[in-house]
Amino acid sequence: MAYINLEKDVPGIRSLALFRPDTGKELYKLAQVLLRDDSPLSQGERELIATFVSSKNECTFCTQSHAAAAGYLFHNDTQMIDLVLTDYQNAPISEKLKCLLSIAGKVQQDARLVGDEDVANARKHGANDRDIHDTVLIAATFCMFNRYVDGLATMTPADPVLYGQMGARMGEFGYIAPSPTI
Amino acid sequence: MAHIKINEDLPGIRCLMDFRPETAVPLNALAEVLLRNDEGLNKGERELIAAYVSSLNDCAFCQSIHGAVAAYYLGEDTVVNVKQKFKEADISNRMKALLSIAGCVQLGGKFVTEKEISFAKNEGASDIEIHDTVLIAAAFCMFNRYVDGLGTFAPDDPEMYEFRAKKIAEETGYANSSPQ
Repeated sequence: MAYINLEKDVPGIRSLALFRPDTGKELYKLAQVLLRDDSPLSQGERELIATFVSSKNECTFCTQSHAAAAGYLFHNDTQMIDLVLTDYQNAPISEKLKCLLSIAGKVQQDARLVGDEDVANARKHGANDRDIHDTVLIAATFCMFNRYVDGLATMTPADPVLYGQMGARMGEFGYIAPSPTI
Repeated sequence: MAHIKINEDLPGIRCLMDFRPETAVPLNALAEVLLRNDEGLNKGERELIAAYVSSLNDCAFCQSIHGAVAAYYLGEDTVVNVKQKFKEADISNRMKALLSIAGCVQLGGKFVTEKEISFAKNEGASDIEIHDTVLIAAAFCMFNRYVDGLGTFAPDDPEMYEFRAKKIAEETGYANSSPQ
């Protein structure tokens, strides 16, 4: 049971966007700009960073839904996505993305841990200012979304089929705030 | 030195908003809705939650600027006392209960339990006030990480923060504030 009176049967962030549409609108816009609009990182790579941070924060709803979006964008390569979450250094991803995930992991713990050598290492593997900026802001943003979704105890579906549907919608249409059904 | 090439004359989040105006728009709009509003929680109480969470995250820039805006409304002593030991500060029990929820959110979403929520409800907090408290606390776990994760600079001069705080409170708010 959620801690506040949210619409029944609506999961995670969607129930919160319906409860308070004026904050919901800005949060969805932020997700759209960060995860879908122009960036040197592909949409799939950005979804992987979001999934990675959500998994570190143990937010099941955000982890499952963004893993599904990453799955949609990476042609259902769930093996790669699972490995990113458990052992990203040995995942079949670029060295650049590994360096960026290491920065994202530090942002998740305590952003002051991000050091000059982390950034230099990422640059050595081809990361530019925008890659680094977008990585830090995506990681920071999911430290917000994860806390928001779990801090109010929103509904977290268990059915993987539902996450598959969410991922396909997020992959295909991006982030559009839900509108009230009534 | 910041980790990316930004305008070094601009402190904290302002250099990042100057670097990437596209993300600055929804970030400022979010701050405006969450902090510049007197429904349920008033502006001073909202800024106090922001300053408190930023102090727990030890983010110098955010706790200074939001501490200064909170002090504009509530007085310097209240802000200092809340950061040090909010349970003994001269604020309502409802506000203490909400700050205790905000402190749990800072640790992680799952740290918020029924206990903190029912305590806040017993002190008269409404659903929207609890919602806004959780989202303000969560949002500052983002802003603080954004500002510190990119190694931006936080000036020491308290007058700079007071000057900006007055401007935010009396003129610009967040939606219309410029990074310059």
